[in-house]
Amino acid sequence: MSKNVKNGLIWAFVGVMLAVMYIPIIILIIYSFTGAKALGVWSGFSFELYADLFTNESIMSAFKNSLVLALVSSLLSTLLGTTAAVGIFYMRKWRKPAANFIANITMENAEIVTGVTFMMFFLVLRIPYGWTTLIIAHTMITTPYVILSVTPKLSQLNPNLYEAGLDLGASPIRSMFTVIVPQLIPGMLSGFVMAFALSLDDFIVSKFVNGSVETIPVYLYNALAKRGADPTLRALSSILFVAVLAVLIALNVVAAKRRNRNIVK
Amino acid sequence: MATVTREKFDNIIEIKNVTKVFDGITAVDNVSLSVRRGEFVTLLGPSGCGKTTLLRMIAGFEMPTSGTILLEKQDVTTVPPHLRPINTVFQKYALFPHLNVFKNIAFGLKLKKIPTGEFDKKGRPIFRKFTKDEIAEKVERVLKLVNLEAYGYREITGLSGGQQQRVAIARAIVCEPKVLLLDEPLGALDLKMRKEMQSELAAMHRNIGITFIYVTHDQEEALTMSDKVVVMTDGAVQQYGTPKKIYDEPANAFVADFIGESNILSGVMKNDFLVEFCGTQFKCLDKGFDKDEQVDLVVRPEDIAISAKKGALKGEVVSTVFKGTYYEMEIVAGDYQFTVQNTTEYVAGSKVWLTIEPDGIHIMKKLKTVNAFDGEVTSETTVEFCGGEFEFDNKDNFERGDEVRVSVPFDKIELTDDEDDGVIGANVTQTLYKGSYYQVQVYTDDDQDFLIDTVDEWDIGDRVGIKINPNDITVTRKKNDVASDGEGGDANAKATEEEGEADGE
Repeated sequence: MSKNVKNGLIWAFVGVMLAVMYIPIIILIIYSFTGAKALGVWSGFSFELYADLFTNESIMSAFKNSLVLALVSSLLSTLLGTTAAVGIFYMRKWRKPAANFIANITMENAEIVTGVTFMMFFLVLRIPYGWTTLIIAHTMITTPYVILSVTPKLSQLNPNLYEAGLDLGASPIRSMFTVIVPQLIPGMLSGFVMAFALSLDDFIVSKFVNGSVETIPVYLYNALAKRGADPTLRALSSILFVAVLAVLIALNVVAAKRRNRNIVK
Repeated sequence: MATVTREKFDNIIEIKNVTKVFDGITAVDNVSLSVRRGEFVTLLGPSGCGKTTLLRMIAGFEMPTSGTILLEKQDVTTVPPHLRPINTVFQKYALFPHLNVFKNIAFGLKLKKIPTGEFDKKGRPIFRKFTKDEIAEKVERVLKLVNLEAYGYREITGLSGGQQQRVAIARAIVCEPKVLLLDEPLGALDLKMRKEMQSELAAMHRNIGITFIYVTHDQEEALTMSDKVVVMTDGAVQQYGTPKKIYDEPANAFVADFIGESNILSGVMKNDFLVEFCGTQFKCLDKGFDKDEQVDLVVRPEDIAISAKKGALKGEVVSTVFKGTYYEMEIVAGDYQFTVQNTTEYVAGSKVWLTIEPDGIHIMKKLKTVNAFDGEVTSETTVEFCGGEFEFDNKDNFERGDEVRVSVPFDKIELTDDEDDGVIGANVTQTLYKGSYYQVQVYTDDDQDFLIDTVDEWDIGDRVGIKINPNDITVTRKKNDVASDGEGGDANAKATEEEGEADGE
């Protein structure tokens, strides 16, 4: 009896939590399929807002900017994060925790502080705000996540694997690329996807260093600030939500499959 | 077993005075060793004795702190591992999980460059790589050798431990190395699998004629497989010889204790071919010791004959255990507890007589007969040695600053559980049961070693304190070492008579 009550309470709590989190998003998605200006008014089902969205040139250009920025910066941070993870992993004594601590700073720091720091940093170096500054900043804020997802793969490695490569005649660099890197690929992939999503999503740091380049989050903010709630934003938000959801589901499915394979082994 | 190459007697590997220090800790201490072409040599010792470090220096993964390593007379001390014609079978196989069996084995072959037999304009040999067909042929051949035909396209993760081990061996020998290094390759296998692989490895060694250097802590494995065994402790080679020589004639008490079951006793050489222990004189086959020299001696459990009626030593059976083909009995005789193996059982409590034939007794030089150190008198009642200030009875009126020789008998040193209760701290590195007491070796923090006779049992790795009664410290003026050693010998002789007083706690 009491166990049933307890279970009921747990489910009720979880239900309320999920409702508070997801009901606004669901309402937004439902109302993205109607042309009415104000949220909450149903003027019949239509794809009007989606049509507006895809014909709006500034939205499309922001969309393209976001994708290019996310792709370039996450590729860079995957490269940087993987090499950093390998370097840190083979450090000894006090150097290892020290390097890890420094690598995690941008992750633990308040984003607003990171943003201001980048702004002043580029100002001092006289690098004009725009693509360069955006790519540098995004690479820096996503690299720690790549390090975090590659490091566990390194600690799972057989400690003699790299030496086995050397032993069979591979030079240190060749042994690194043909023996170690293949083992890290799953970690690098999930690090890349995480970096991509974070870059796509980032607003605060981007806002400080974007110059004239508008990404989707920056466009959303500017549009709201200038023109108030544009109904096309409902369609845009819906698309972003579904896209991120799809990536998350895909990641989980891949991870589950890999787990199953390891259990079979 | 003898091969044609063996008869050349040439050394394929020569290790000269190699020392390796990690963070101030000496892992390998001035080791010199040569390995003949085609031999199966095993480095044997307890964990932490430096055997794996020595192997890793031969492979090139570690650089010696000092000393040289020669491969076919060429100095390879600083040659990186990928340029050495040496391959390794790692303890946990270290197979490449992203490649299948075939590709794992082909990994080394694809990188190998072989001379074409032609020369360029400057007379340098031209090299080429193996063709696909050559690689396939070699891989198939080696798969057959390790009994894994038809496994080429299996994934590594789907193989059992024994199969992975075979792939690891195949991957190493397919490159036709000059020397094959094996780092405890059978450690992860179960007992039955291990026995099978032992005989397969020995057969493989005979068939392919490559020099094997094998590392293990399993003495049985070492004795059954190898042509030569190197017994190591504390980073140093204790003995290098054939398994039979090491079993029958261990160089010292530690080797005897490590190899096989043994009774290790202290005795006195009365004459050539005559030794006294347990208050009885025995004939033996050893000579060349000083008259009345203190010695260690080893008697294997199977070399002690038991009779109900007559023999050299009278004893009483304490316990008996059936071991499958023989009985192992603990028999107390003349203060010592002997381990005896015999096919006839004598029940516990029965009175028996023990006989030991001359060839069953092996006499060994004592590593030392007394703990002796250089020291300095620091006050009227204190002397400093081994990094600690000990009180002593200053009968000869030494003055502060005098450099002296300090000696302490084995059984006059007290070990304390708590390091702070002793004058100096030390680590237990060896312990040896000598029938009625334990001989414990400890290393102090400034790398001096003490031997202590005690009835308490200590474990290797224990941290202990060292305490010495002021009356038991003998201090002599430093003239020459021979004098103090002689005196030390006497002190020890007296000490063994006073057995039992060494009880610390």
